[in-house]
Amino acid sequence: MTLYKKDLISINDLSRDDIKKIFEVTDLLRENIRKGRNLLKGFVLTNAFFEPSTRTRLSFESAMLRLGGSVISFSSVEAISIAKGESFVDTIRMLDAYSDIIVVRHKYEGAAKLAAEISEAPVINAGDGRNQHPTQTLVDLYTIVKKFGKIDGLNIGLFGDLKYARTANSLLQGLAIFNPSKIFLISPPTLKIRKEIRDLLNLKGIKFEEHDDVSEVISELDVLYVLRIQRERFSDPLEYEKVKGSYRVTLDLLKDVKDDFIIMHPLPRVDEIDYKVDGTKYAYYFKQAKYGIPIRMALLTLILLGEEVL
Amino acid sequence: MTEKELIVRKIENGTVIDHITPGRALDVLKVLNITGKEGLVVAVVMNVPSKKYGKKDMVKIENRELAEEEVNLIAMISPNATINIIRDHKVAKKFQVKIPNKIKNIIQCENPTCITRVEKNTISSFTLVSRSPIILRCDYCGAYIDLEAILKQFE
Repeated sequence: MTLYKKDLISINDLSRDDIKKIFEVTDLLRENIRKGRNLLKGFVLTNAFFEPSTRTRLSFESAMLRLGGSVISFSSVEAISIAKGESFVDTIRMLDAYSDIIVVRHKYEGAAKLAAEISEAPVINAGDGRNQHPTQTLVDLYTIVKKFGKIDGLNIGLFGDLKYARTANSLLQGLAIFNPSKIFLISPPTLKIRKEIRDLLNLKGIKFEEHDDVSEVISELDVLYVLRIQRERFSDPLEYEKVKGSYRVTLDLLKDVKDDFIIMHPLPRVDEIDYKVDGTKYAYYFKQAKYGIPIRMALLTLILLGEEVL
Repeated sequence: MTEKELIVRKIENGTVIDHITPGRALDVLKVLNITGKEGLVVAVVMNVPSKKYGKKDMVKIENRELAEEEVNLIAMISPNATINIIRDHKVAKKFQVKIPNKIKNIIQCENPTCITRVEKNTISSFTLVSRSPIILRCDYCGAYIDLEAILKQFE
């Protein structure tokens, strides 16, 4: 399958081969960033951020500019006619007329899929509610591949809010495209993965275990993917404070980890990873963040031009 | 009271939906979008004895043959229903309803933050995940909906 003129709504839209292709182009663009310099000259990308985001929006913008393309954008619904009562559907129709590709971030699940049904220009989902964040997942998978050369056979732990975090939801579906040895799901009991995701893992034959104490399993892990736990998920503030204390990565926790072990985080971090951990060889989250640009550059190139051009 | 005595009367042409889960006949009409205003002759029989299931509901619709695709939707709320297409007082075709793989615009997603719930003029769309028990997945937000939640929407 080619990605040319395709939408990217869910990581499940991609096959293992598609992901491999994206990673090959990412490698190519990383080796020679100038190679991409004028590839998308004359193309216009719209960053349609119906929900605020800095990181994802700026990384798409930077990726497009590095490829020689142009960007138009808005980053809150207050700034556009939705505030005047215009429907989401009409807004997308307008953006479709203005641009060659639309990047959508929205607080409601399914918004990007709806946009893709309306728009003739390809749509990339930059996060829809708690549902999907496929470009973040590509960055995450790429980070793992760059460190270990593979995803198959690894022990991967996800740690924190597994119920509402779209990065977790999306990454689990991404990992299910591969054959990790085992996935460790470590969360407070109230923030366990949703049944939908559990079923998907079962359906794909992915081995997984659920835990609430990370120290029980950390020595078995190759990767620990840390997720922020948000205060608003707890009705009882005391309960939140309790959970916050035990869902934290500290130097002490890292005593018995594997030599090759890495810690990942989609960022922004609040205090779930102690700053002292940043200086250890396990801290991989800033490297992971850096891959955000070349991954998105590769994706934009493959969607707007196809793979023959490179 | 035997099953035979209770049957309203045999119809000449049309559709008989038999073995409807007791108490669900009116919901079946809702799913089929039959309101009575179409002018069709419709007989609804509820909670009559059934050899197979103890009790059942039945719906007879005169002079209208329902398409298989259309009646399959009622499998959502009454999985054991059987359809008899009647022509000239005889059963011309008989089949059991089977829940389709895609269900559009009949039920709404349970997830309050699904785009189909907040954006006007959207058409809900679900994919069948499991037949027994019935579980559907929203094509937009990925949320599941089970039989209990589906039935609630018809109350």
